[in-house]
Amino acid sequence: MTQDLHARFALDHGSFRLQVDLTLPARGVSVLFGHSGSGKTTLLRCIAGLEKAHGELTFAGDVWQDSRHFVPTWRRSLSYVFQESSLFDHLTAAGNLQFAIRRSRARVEKKESDDIIGLLGIGHTLHKLPHQLSGGERQRVAIARALLSKPRLLLMDEPLASLDEQRKQEILPYLEELKSHFDLPIIYVTHSPAEVARLADYLVAMKDGQAVASGTLNDTLSRMDFPLRLGEDAGVVIEGTVMEKDSRWHLDRIGFNGGQSIWLRDSGHACGTAVRVRILARDVSLALNPAEDSSIQNHLPARVSAVGSDEHPGLALVKVMVGDTPLLARMTQRSAERLQLTPGQTLWVQVKSAALV
Amino acid sequence: MALSAADLTAVWLTLKLATIVTLLLLLIATPIAWWLANTHSRAKGPVSAVVALPLVLPPSVLGFYLLLALGPNGPVGQLTTALGIGTLPFTFAGLVVASVIYSLPFVVQPIQNALEALGKRPREVAATLGAGPWDTFFNVILPLARPGFYTAAVLGFAHTVGEFGVVLMIGGNIPGATRVISVQIYDHVEALEYTEAHILSIGMVVFSFIVLMLLYGFRRQQGGRKLL
Repeated sequence: MTQDLHARFALDHGSFRLQVDLTLPARGVSVLFGHSGSGKTTLLRCIAGLEKAHGELTFAGDVWQDSRHFVPTWRRSLSYVFQESSLFDHLTAAGNLQFAIRRSRARVEKKESDDIIGLLGIGHTLHKLPHQLSGGERQRVAIARALLSKPRLLLMDEPLASLDEQRKQEILPYLEELKSHFDLPIIYVTHSPAEVARLADYLVAMKDGQAVASGTLNDTLSRMDFPLRLGEDAGVVIEGTVMEKDSRWHLDRIGFNGGQSIWLRDSGHACGTAVRVRILARDVSLALNPAEDSSIQNHLPARVSAVGSDEHPGLALVKVMVGDTPLLARMTQRSAERLQLTPGQTLWVQVKSAALV
Repeated sequence: MALSAADLTAVWLTLKLATIVTLLLLLIATPIAWWLANTHSRAKGPVSAVVALPLVLPPSVLGFYLLLALGPNGPVGQLTTALGIGTLPFTFAGLVVASVIYSLPFVVQPIQNALEALGKRPREVAATLGAGPWDTFFNVILPLARPGFYTAAVLGFAHTVGEFGVVLMIGGNIPGATRVISVQIYDHVEALEYTEAHILSIGMVVFSFIVLMLLYGFRRQQGGRKLL
């Protein structure tokens, strides 16, 4: 029996059709990514059993739905964080948490609930009613409530979408904490490339009710034929480690798979910290020789893997491999022509900037 | 100036009737309101219309058909006779049945409005936290829709206290069994006992005024939606 989640759904709502058949890993964060109307929330609701589609659904060996059975939502060991505040208005924040604890799928120790309350920083909200909380606090209480019901699967439907930029930045670190703190598979719906870069381990791209691409984050993002238009957000996310800190220039050296490393602005992380670096295609350029006289510090030897066209007819997208790490580079078609790029060719990549996410 | 024994009997009978009818109505109206608030069925329109009929029909029309249905030759009457209960018209039980039907829309609609205002989100949230349907109803829906249930109970009670036409048709005028306040007032007026009629009538005015004032005051306190 597989531990993964396998879903095959067909749903016809007239103008909208959902048609998916996919397997998601039972660990880490799987992101359902797509523009609005792509069916990502509908898919999540089908997984939760809040929407009834034809098909089959198994999770960790349990059949949640097949042609004869449909396990109702409340009997599925999952919890769900909704897009907008979903706290029960007649209960205080503590009452909302108690509601989950009383019905949790496994015993919740006092220490555990204290940990979760501390992790999400909601200790000061407990005696308040939902309307007395800020949007960010409400959503943090909702996340804590979902965790306290001790699910085996956590579903999150754009939990940050109803919040302003500042509140998003306030909650994202909690979500990252959650990821590293609990061994709980999460399916996370979003339309934000930034949230994908920060949280996703596994990525499913949704379009017109279908899963048009899926795979591990970097396999998917570095695909030349990634089916969603990302525009300026095209690029890859690589996992690395802070290797060295240069206090004079306020720089960090981030090492990644294959022994290569790049220098980035100091992020305040200690040596040895695992970090994610997002490198956008527009910040990567290619050179046939190592340019010693360039302002760009990060030169890495690479091999061309594929050359393709970008969304704009004047632009080309080139996939290169640095060791076994793929990078995307965007340039004009004219530049690509002049460098006579061909798969297998070795050259140098210059990374102008990259951001820790 | 005090209430006569007959007046007191009428007051007591009225309160007993309204209490029983209100409790029955809360039990009957809640599933109907739940179904109406959630269904996408084509039957929703016709069912809503049937529930609302007592709002627009003259009480005498309603009473007339109830009399036929509950009477010895009516379908319900034959059933109750076969069950050994006898026929219901001109009994307290018949009055309860008639009042339940007559006051039904006043109880269904506030509950339905409250449930519709809640939407399905609270139920979905409860389900994703492992709460079953009954658990969800008693611990989430009922507390969240409480103002709607209060409004429904108060309106159902007050409307039953105030009915006259249906009572006369189905209950007649039997002291201690079917002679409620409104009928008693009618009798006093018929007998030109205006003072006695005044006492009971003023009582009704004050009662109704206080009930409505409490209802509106409560609603403002709740900051709630209009449920009437």
